[in-house]
Amino acid sequence: MADYLDELEHRTDAADPSYGDTEIQNYTINFGPQHPAAHGVLRLVMELDGEIVERCDPHVGLLHRGTEKLIEYKTYMQALPYFDRLDYCSPLGMEHSYVLAIEKLLNLEVPLRAQYLRVFFAELTRICNHMLNLGSHVMDVGAMTPNLWLFEIREDCLNFFERASGARMHSAYFRPGGVHQDVPLKLLTDIADWLDGRLPRLFEDAISLVADNRIFKQRNVDIAVVSKEDALKWGFSGPMIRGSGIPWDIRKSQPYDVYDRMEFDVPVGTQFDCYDRFMVRVEEVRQSARIMKQCLNEMPDGPIASFDRKVVPPKRGEMKRSMEALIHHFKLYTEGFHVPAGEVYVATESPKGEFGVYLVSDGSNKPYRCKIRPTAFSHLQAMDFMMKGHMLADTTAVLGAMDIVFGECDR
Amino acid sequence: MGHSAPRIATIDGIVEEIGTLLGSMLIETVDHADELTFIVARDGLPQALTLLRDHAEYQQLMEIAGIDYPDRPERFEVAYHLLSVTRNHRIRVKVSTDEDTPVPTVTHLWPVAGWLEREVFDMYGVVFDGNTDLRRILTDYGFKGHPQRKDFPLTGYVELRYSEEDKRVVYEPVKLAQDFRSFDFMSPWEGAQYVLPGDEKAVAPAAPAAPTPKTTEKKADTGAGEAANKAAETKSGDAPAKPAAATDEGKGAAKPEDKA
Repeated sequence: MADYLDELEHRTDAADPSYGDTEIQNYTINFGPQHPAAHGVLRLVMELDGEIVERCDPHVGLLHRGTEKLIEYKTYMQALPYFDRLDYCSPLGMEHSYVLAIEKLLNLEVPLRAQYLRVFFAELTRICNHMLNLGSHVMDVGAMTPNLWLFEIREDCLNFFERASGARMHSAYFRPGGVHQDVPLKLLTDIADWLDGRLPRLFEDAISLVADNRIFKQRNVDIAVVSKEDALKWGFSGPMIRGSGIPWDIRKSQPYDVYDRMEFDVPVGTQFDCYDRFMVRVEEVRQSARIMKQCLNEMPDGPIASFDRKVVPPKRGEMKRSMEALIHHFKLYTEGFHVPAGEVYVATESPKGEFGVYLVSDGSNKPYRCKIRPTAFSHLQAMDFMMKGHMLADTTAVLGAMDIVFGECDR
Repeated sequence: MGHSAPRIATIDGIVEEIGTLLGSMLIETVDHADELTFIVARDGLPQALTLLRDHAEYQQLMEIAGIDYPDRPERFEVAYHLLSVTRNHRIRVKVSTDEDTPVPTVTHLWPVAGWLEREVFDMYGVVFDGNTDLRRILTDYGFKGHPQRKDFPLTGYVELRYSEEDKRVVYEPVKLAQDFRSFDFMSPWEGAQYVLPGDEKAVAPAAPAAPTPKTTEKKADTGAGEAANKAAETKSGDAPAKPAAATDEGKGAAKPEDKA
C-alpha cells in the first residue's frame, strides 16, 4: 500500500526512473502483404503495445480476381476451372461443391464408380492440402526439416493428380455428372502401395519430429484458444471447429457421394488451441488414408460419368461413329446445358472447412449468381479476437493453424 | 436415387415450427430442391434471426449472399444461410432491399456477419444499418462502383499498370482491343425476343411486295399513251391516274435490276 500511496503522491520517480519521464505509445505495423509467413497476400495492420498485439485488422482482397462475376458470364462447364484456382492447394475440394450443386439443381444421378473416384481423389486432395499446411505451419514456428519431408509427399500427390487428369494442380477432373475420365488400374495400385508404404513412413517420420517437440509445443500450446461458443459465433468450420471441440464434419453429418459408406473417425481438440488444430489435421491425414483404402477395396467397375447426353459430353471414340454423339458434343461445348431455375446452397467438407456454393439459376445455360462461401473468410475475421493479448511472434502460429489460402479468401 | 449432393434429413414439421416462431415477420416460405427459404420482412430481420438462433437452434451463420434482380422494384436480395449443428439442418432466410434502403445489421447476433455484410456492401452497395465497420473489403483501396451488380460491366471501368515514366501505378480508363463478346444461345424457334445479327430481314417491316403482274384488261392499261382519237378523251377522267401508278411500280421494280 505504501508503494501505491507513493505513486499517488508522485514520489516514486527516483525509485522508478521511467515514471513520468517517458511516454510509451502503441504503435502500428504492417504485417505483409509480402511477408513469407502470411501465406500469400495478407496485410495485417497490427497495433502493438511493445510486443503484445492489441488490435489486428486483416486487409484482404489483394488477390481478388472477380471469380464470381466471371462465372456469371460463363456456361456451367466453362466455370468449373475457376474453382481449381480458388484454393489452389486443394483444387478438387472446390470442384466437388460446384459439381454437386449443379447436380442437385439438375437432380442428376452419378454412377457409383464416379462417386467412389470423387471421394478417393477428394481425400487425396485433403492429404495434399494438409501436407502443405502442416509443413508451412511448422516452418512458420521455426522448424525446417518436416516441411521438406512433407513436400515429398505433396509431390507424390501432385504426380498422382497428373496421372489421373493430366494436370498437377488445376485438374478440372470432377465434372457435372461424374468425372472426366477413368483412371488406369496401375495408378490405383501405385496409390495403394504409396498408402501402405511411402506415405505413412514419411509422414510419421516428419510428424514425430514436431508432435512432441518442446519448442513446437511452446510455440503452439495455449495459443489462440477459441471456446466452443466463439467457434459457433464466428462461423468456424472444418479443422477449426473440430479443434474447438465440436465434432462437426459434413462428411459424417450430411454425407455426399459415398461418404456414408466410409468408416472414419472425426478427431476433435480438447484444449482448443493452435496445437489442437495442428493435431486434428495430422489425424485427418491418417483418416483420409483410411478412406482411400476403403475406396480402393470397394470401388466397382462401371461408367465414370452419367449417360445423360444432355449434360455429359460423349467421348471422342463415340463421336467418330455416331452422328448424334457429334451433335451432343458440339452443343455441349458451345451452348452448354441448361439448368432448371432454382437455387441451392451446397457445402462440402473441403480440407480447410465448409466450402459452400450458392448457385442461383434462371433456367439458362449460365449461372445467374454463383456465390462462393470461402472457408478462410470467417476464420480470418476471427484473427482480431484470437490475437488479442498474444505476442507478435504468435501471429505466424495462429495464421498457420488457420490454413488460409488467398485464392479462396479473396476469390 | 437422384443426385449425390449432401444429404440433409428433412425435419418433420419444421416449416410449421418456424412459421409459428416467426409469425407476422414471415412473408413467404419456399421449399425447393429440399432446401427451405424463408422470406421475411426487412425490418423484422434481426428479431427473426434472434428467434431462429435462440429458439430453433440455428447456431451458425455460414454465409450472407447478395443477389441482384434489376427488374424488380426492390432489386437486391440478401440471403442468410443458417446452419444448426445440433439439428443437422440448414435453412435460408431472405430479405429484399434497394440501393437506398438499409438492411438492419446482425453483427450483434453473430460477429462473423461483420465481414459478410461488408462483402455484400462492397459488391452490391447494400447498406447495413448498425454495422459500424462498413468499409470495402475485396475491391481495391479507393474503388468506385459495386462490381457484382448486373449493370456493372465485366471488364470494369478502370485498368491499372505500372508507369515507367511516373515510377508508380497509374489508373486509366479501360481500353479494349476488341469489343467484349457475349454469346448467347437463344434460339429463334424457342422464343428469342430479338433480331439475330444477319437476320434483320426476317423481322424488318415487310419489304414492298412484288409488283402485281401487269394486266391489260382495259385499253388504258396498255400504256399506249394519248388516245389517238378525240372520242376517247371523254373517258380520260381516270385514265391518266392508272398509267402513272403503273409507271411508278415499274420504276420500283426496275431498281434492283439497275443495281445488279
